[in-house]
Amino acid sequence: MAVKKFVVGNFDDEAVLFPAVKKVRRAGYKIHDVFTPFPIHGLDKVMGLRDTSLHTAGFIYGITGTATAVGFITWALTVDWQINFGGKPFFALPAWIPVTFELTVLFAAVGMVLTFCYLCQLAPFVKKDHFNPRSTDDIFVMALECTDKTNEAEAMSFLETIGAKEVKVEYKETEWWLGRYDKDRMRFQKKEQDNH
Amino acid sequence: MALLRYESQVRAPLVDGTKDYHQVTEDICRPVEATPSKLWWIGFLISVALLIFGIISVTMEVIYGTGQWNLNKTVGWGWDITNFVWWVGIGHAGTLISAILLLFRQGWRTGVNRAAEAMTIFAVMCAGQFPIWHMGRVWNAFFVLPYPNTRGPLWVNFNSPLLWDVFAISTYFTVSLLFWYSGLLPDLATLRDRAKVKWRKAFYGVAAFGWTGSTKHWQRHEALSLVLAGLSTPLVLSVHTIVSFDFATSVVPGWHTTIFPPYFVAGAIFSGFAMVQTLLVVTRKVLALEDYITLEHIEVMNKVIVLTGSIVGIAYLTELFMAWYSAVGYEEFAFFENRLNLNSPYGWSYWIMMGCNVLSPQIFWFSKMRRNLVVTFFMSILINIGMWFERFVIIVTSVYRDYLPSAWSTYYTPTIWEVGFYLGTFGLFFTCYFLFSKFFPVIALAEIKHILKKNGEHYKDHMDEIEEESTEEFGQKHGHDHGA
Repeated sequence: MAVKKFVVGNFDDEAVLFPAVKKVRRAGYKIHDVFTPFPIHGLDKVMGLRDTSLHTAGFIYGITGTATAVGFITWALTVDWQINFGGKPFFALPAWIPVTFELTVLFAAVGMVLTFCYLCQLAPFVKKDHFNPRSTDDIFVMALECTDKTNEAEAMSFLETIGAKEVKVEYKETEWWLGRYDKDRMRFQKKEQDNH
Repeated sequence: MALLRYESQVRAPLVDGTKDYHQVTEDICRPVEATPSKLWWIGFLISVALLIFGIISVTMEVIYGTGQWNLNKTVGWGWDITNFVWWVGIGHAGTLISAILLLFRQGWRTGVNRAAEAMTIFAVMCAGQFPIWHMGRVWNAFFVLPYPNTRGPLWVNFNSPLLWDVFAISTYFTVSLLFWYSGLLPDLATLRDRAKVKWRKAFYGVAAFGWTGSTKHWQRHEALSLVLAGLSTPLVLSVHTIVSFDFATSVVPGWHTTIFPPYFVAGAIFSGFAMVQTLLVVTRKVLALEDYITLEHIEVMNKVIVLTGSIVGIAYLTELFMAWYSAVGYEEFAFFENRLNLNSPYGWSYWIMMGCNVLSPQIFWFSKMRRNLVVTFFMSILINIGMWFERFVIIVTSVYRDYLPSAWSTYYTPTIWEVGFYLGTFGLFFTCYFLFSKFFPVIALAEIKHILKKNGEHYKDHMDEIEEESTEEFGQKHGHDHGA
């Protein structure tokens, strides 16, 4: 578990958040993450995140599905156990299109969802800290990571000048954990605060 | 960003009233967080009762065999396969709304997609029951899967449409479920973060998979939704195409036609939208979601109904023409004697189908009718009945009097257990839907918030001023460009 110190700014309008993200980056602060209640198109670009490669992964899974279907059916019906269906050729590719297509879609979809969950570290029973519970409701939360050099007071007032409604310094767990939300989090939060 | 929000005044708002993001959350979470009403309990208990009746009917069939059903020598597929095709067809609207309309960037899908996707999943669950129990020796059902076995190994027949069906339906169910649940994650997280009761915290804590709303996660989530939509679009078309192959690849008069795939797909969307209307007209009223599922939504869906209903109508007429044009006696007999002729044993079912599916939806050419909730609800029921009869006509009238007159079965009527099985799937469907409407947000929260400032009534009102400004002025006042 890695508990870190953050300066957290809460915004209530995405139109304010957008230029704020740019200004924060220009000022040289390190944005840990921005938590939003819904996807905001273009925010990833403004934050300087690279495009996701999930599409490519999906393509590879799809191709795997196609190859699996064609390969397996060819082997089963032409090599392993040939069956004569009304004198038709054993290698009856057109008749295999439906199953091949379905397996392509199945592999691509299942593979992509699993990859998505893996990349985002999402799974049942997994718990994560996310700064403000209202970030899934109507608040846009920007978290700046504090290093030894960060002047917290300066960062806080900077966030306020660019439109944050509420600014706080908080200790947050950055990894996932299993267990209860409130109890477990309080425990390590307290420990870290004592250390500082 | 702000520039992208701009939308023409011509388009009606999709979210009525003065709302901000928090109000949207409140409105949509309210039904989930409130204790269920009496009405909910009554509906739920009726559904469970039907489900129990269905379980008893299926048990009878498993104990005594398919002989419990009135299937006979020529009518080997009766109510059960009719019901199978009917339920699968209903399932198609959900994917159409969530996937195809996502690709076409139709904003109105956000109000109805969550409920429609749920409907798809439940309908496919119901559909799956019929071929499974129709197998008779259901304990051997796993024989349909290609697994290494001690019978050779003897593989399944990959050239058979019935096997294609196994793959199509199971893939469709899996992909729909993944699509639906990945879309639900952010909304479940909202419910988790609002939860005050212990069990609710625990339940949504597990169900939300630890979703935080991180920008990187949203970026991947958007990519995932888009690709799943791209995959689901051909998938949904393939599923009913393959169902239609069950018939079209045979040499039975009335089944052996190349028009079946598009005709079945249009019919599926038609009946699916009817079922969406049945559910949503009630849901929006009972859960007080009229601001989110507006008359605008109802009207748009009625437009889809009149379009697909007319496609289905053209398909019916094409079939008749082709039967005549083919000059094949058997084809002509199947269509003109077994179906069109009102005096033949099943002529009535053909005319119910024609009346419900082709004639009655034409009422939706009138805007007043499209926006009338009572008419919409009534029509949706009528269309569901009509589409059930379409499958009944196809399945029964094609085979009950076939090539060999000595094998003709004069009449096929279902037994109580066949009917009970059908009612049981209604029980399953509505039990699931009632539970869904209680424990999950019936409207996609995050997606509504995403379109709120573009399509919300309150925000659209201010668009007038913006329309006056030049692009440059607008950018300086409200906006910022998209690039970094």
